[in-house]
Amino acid sequence: MTYFIVKRLAIGLLTIWGVVTAVFIVVRLAPGDQATVALGPDASAAEIEALRHTLGLDRPLLVQYFSYLGDVVRLDFGESYRFGRPAMDQVIERFPATVELTLAATVIAIIAGLILGVLAGKKPGSVLDRAVSTFALGLQALPPFWVGIMFILIFALQLQVLPSAGGGSLANLVLPAVTLSIPFTALVARMTRSGVAETMSEAFVQTARSKGLTETQVLTGHVVKNSLIPVVTVVGLQVGTLLGGAVIIETVFAWPGLGSLLVSAVGNRDYAVVQAATVLIALCVIVLNLAADIVNAKLDPRIRLEARR
Amino acid sequence: MTQSDILLTEAPGPAAPPVRRRRRRPLAAIPYVIIGVYVLAAAIGPFLIDYDPVATEVTERLLPPGSATGSGTAWLGTDAVGRDVLAQVVYGARTSFIIGIAVVTVCCLIGVALGAIAGYSGGLPDAVVSRTIDILMAFPGILLAIVIAGLLERGMHVVIIALSVGGWVGFARLSRSITMSTRERDWVDAARIMGVSKPATLKRHIVPFLAGSVVALATIELASAVLSEAALSFLGLGLPPHIVSWGQAIAGGREHLSTAWWITVFPGIALTILVICIGLVGDRLTRRFTRKRD
Repeated sequence: MTYFIVKRLAIGLLTIWGVVTAVFIVVRLAPGDQATVALGPDASAAEIEALRHTLGLDRPLLVQYFSYLGDVVRLDFGESYRFGRPAMDQVIERFPATVELTLAATVIAIIAGLILGVLAGKKPGSVLDRAVSTFALGLQALPPFWVGIMFILIFALQLQVLPSAGGGSLANLVLPAVTLSIPFTALVARMTRSGVAETMSEAFVQTARSKGLTETQVLTGHVVKNSLIPVVTVVGLQVGTLLGGAVIIETVFAWPGLGSLLVSAVGNRDYAVVQAATVLIALCVIVLNLAADIVNAKLDPRIRLEARR
Repeated sequence: MTQSDILLTEAPGPAAPPVRRRRRRPLAAIPYVIIGVYVLAAAIGPFLIDYDPVATEVTERLLPPGSATGSGTAWLGTDAVGRDVLAQVVYGARTSFIIGIAVVTVCCLIGVALGAIAGYSGGLPDAVVSRTIDILMAFPGILLAIVIAGLLERGMHVVIIALSVGGWVGFARLSRSITMSTRERDWVDAARIMGVSKPATLKRHIVPFLAGSVVALATIELASAVLSEAALSFLGLGLPPHIVSWGQAIAGGREHLSTAWWITVFPGIALTILVICIGLVGDRLTRRFTRKRD
């Protein structure tokens, strides 16, 4: 088990290094460096040169890279030129809103996905199964940002029952959370469906039936429990995709989270914030993936053994 | 579980028994027909419909669907600067196909090559490829694409590169795993004993067995590339303003949502139907090539 965790941790560190390096390369390839962007188009060449010197942008690339790596280890990404304060503070401030949104979406996806999955899986091949499976496939293919706008059109503009943008209250949370949950509802539904369909043919289900339990009792007491655990852990492994989706959904609903901050920072070439945000997102993904991996390995010895090979 | 995981669960053997022909279902042809219509619209539509993405016609702005304009009837209405929405849908289909197919081709070539080499040779090449896959799997590809497409110069090629950076991983994982199991088969041993070179063995005796699963995965990846491209242009990153794209059209209509819903609704419907149809075809292919019917 220790070996397994160490290996996962090493891959996690490697991932952060990879993300940090990739963003460093992209920032250096981008037209216009930090100094030009911060001073704006009216700055003189001498001013730009002076700021480049202060920021250390006139040093050799490799020196810049290693000093940047050092900064990353200390979680110091420099100042955001737009806000005039440390980028990391800015990012941390926006973080809770993103956590709130992704958590809400996860809860919705698990509840709705389980219900759909059980409905479809309890009689594999039935009309209900085919209908739910096709429905889930359709859900998975919906473009989330467009669905978000359609929700705004219907619920905020036409029916005027929910606010279209902003954060803070529960009413604000409903539309973005439901939009973000759609592809994951589909995923959970498809996984639950195959899990339940497989469990239905187990001997213990037959035993439960012959004990005289009703079909509902068999489902809730024996089948769902057995297909629940893998669903939860795999959802944990999907957290990266969830955060990626959140970035777009936050922009649609002007949700004051990390994602809308990242998109506006990319648009405004606020390199410090882009770097801080990507590293924080990578950290989240890695920590949660590790947690899901450990839970998975605890439950299923085959995973532990496979890691040894 | 992603689509590549489903494909990984059961690699196809070389002598797969012919699948029992199932009762013909006429409905099953629908996705193919719809995709065909899109391809046709993307290929010849631009020759039939004149559209200038930078021209503006202020007198004809925000007209509802079916209105008469100076250049004919605007069946799907016009947008905030008087451009025809139907033309945007048709031109956007072309952009989506070009970018989608380019991304899938690049990803497929890189992924299959790296995956097959890693799976066949093992050792250091395998370790390097596998760790790169681990890194890219952990970080959401769309975020990488947002950062790359947003910071670099605008252009179609930048969008294609940005979406390919994370996209090849699925192909590599799939090819690596199938190669590793195919490598142990008798005919590969036979080829080795007869002195066939490594590259030739890979090309003649292993890669052909990847084809089915790779085609299934490519279909799924095409849907996700089209979706990601739309998301990028929706955020206003990547494509320059003179290239028409569904994402851009959807974003352009947001300000006028309460008065002119058609600007946002029609390009979105076009995108959704295409992605769902490609997804349906991909799902069918996946089931066929994993021989796992559910």
